[in-house]
Amino acid sequence: MDFLAPFIEVLTPDNMKFLLEGFWVTLKVAAISIVLSFIIGGLIGILRYAKIPVVSQLLAVVVETIRNLPLLLIIFFTYFALPEVGIDMEIITAAIVALTIFESAMLSEIIRSGLNSIHKGQIEAGRSSGLNYIQTLRYIVMPQALRRMVPPLVSQFISLLKDTSLAVVIALPDLLHNAQILYAQNGSNVIPIFIIVALMYFIVNYALSLIAKRLELKQA
Amino acid sequence: MLDFSILTDYMDVFLEGFKITIIASFIALICSFILGTLIAVMRIAPFKPLNWIGTVYVEFIRNIPVLVIVFFTYLAFDFGGMTAGIIGLTVYTAAFIAEAIRAGIMSVPRGQMEAARSSGLTYGQAMKSVILPQAIKIVIPPLGNQFINLVKNSSLLAVVAGGDLMYQGDLISASTFSTFDTYIFVGLFYLILTIPLSFGVGFLEKRLARSN
Repeated sequence: MDFLAPFIEVLTPDNMKFLLEGFWVTLKVAAISIVLSFIIGGLIGILRYAKIPVVSQLLAVVVETIRNLPLLLIIFFTYFALPEVGIDMEIITAAIVALTIFESAMLSEIIRSGLNSIHKGQIEAGRSSGLNYIQTLRYIVMPQALRRMVPPLVSQFISLLKDTSLAVVIALPDLLHNAQILYAQNGSNVIPIFIIVALMYFIVNYALSLIAKRLELKQA
Repeated sequence: MLDFSILTDYMDVFLEGFKITIIASFIALICSFILGTLIAVMRIAPFKPLNWIGTVYVEFIRNIPVLVIVFFTYLAFDFGGMTAGIIGLTVYTAAFIAEAIRAGIMSVPRGQMEAARSSGLTYGQAMKSVILPQAIKIVIPPLGNQFINLVKNSSLLAVVAGGDLMYQGDLISASTFSTFDTYIFVGLFYLILTIPLSFGVGFLEKRLARSN
């Protein structure tokens, strides 16, 4: 079993603990960013859906700009460029801010198209039964749209979890960062460590994608 | 106010990176289209072991970060940064393109395959001359989206010293000490590529929605 020898060498309790600590940081940063970008993205999506003059157009420009930039650039910008204008953040804050900016733009588009997919007649019916616009959104449009949004939202969450790895460029002590430290100690460990790291990401993301698939089936 | 002298002084460096970003994204697009088509056909071929290989590839690659793949190709093999980056991007994007193509093929009614087979075409011939030409129409908008993602993901070349736009931007900001302005210019160069692409994809999506 020569093939397994390098894995056994790498899979010491200490190394695994170190990798799992990194993965915990990955999951924590991802979870905080998901919550924040869901709130901000939801707000942007609703404001754009409501077609408030000026605000909607302004948000459209901001969202399109952010969506069309590489996340890596946004991370670099947040951590290295913003201090030049007096905004200094710790690594973990910078990572969360950068991820939130990028994913809010992505999520706002999912939420906006989810809302748009609800037939206009629903709003008209809601309004004519005496609800105001906000109430119609809250009780008629939102519940139907949310159900349709769930599968794309879950895939965007998977993307976010994967994208968290990019914060390694500003030395966020996440899974990939800790993996780098381990293989820096022993160069022959590169392949087994990468396979273990890939498996860790895979297990969590695949579980999420199975949930998404189940939700999709339930709807159909 | 932005310091435009950075842009004029380092124009050739920006353009060098811009060129590599375009070349790398383009090569990766073509390679991942070929690989993705192959995997998509494997996933629907009437031969179970091929289905399994295709499914494992797609599910595994789609669920791990592209940066992990790029680092792996860079460190595990003896490639230069640009080659490793292009291979990493290809491996990653092929999984998404395979899914897009598979969805396109599945959208062609079964009767088409049956009709082609009964008029004497082999499975491969029927796939090539009957199914794929019809599927491609549905596949083009998601392919466009993947190309936009590729252009954005090509910035990962910077992490393995691939010489792309992001990498050159890093070099410029290190020698000018104005990170803020440099990154804004880098961002503008990316937008020159991605904004027209997203408008193009949006336009195609609308037209296809109308033609159906």
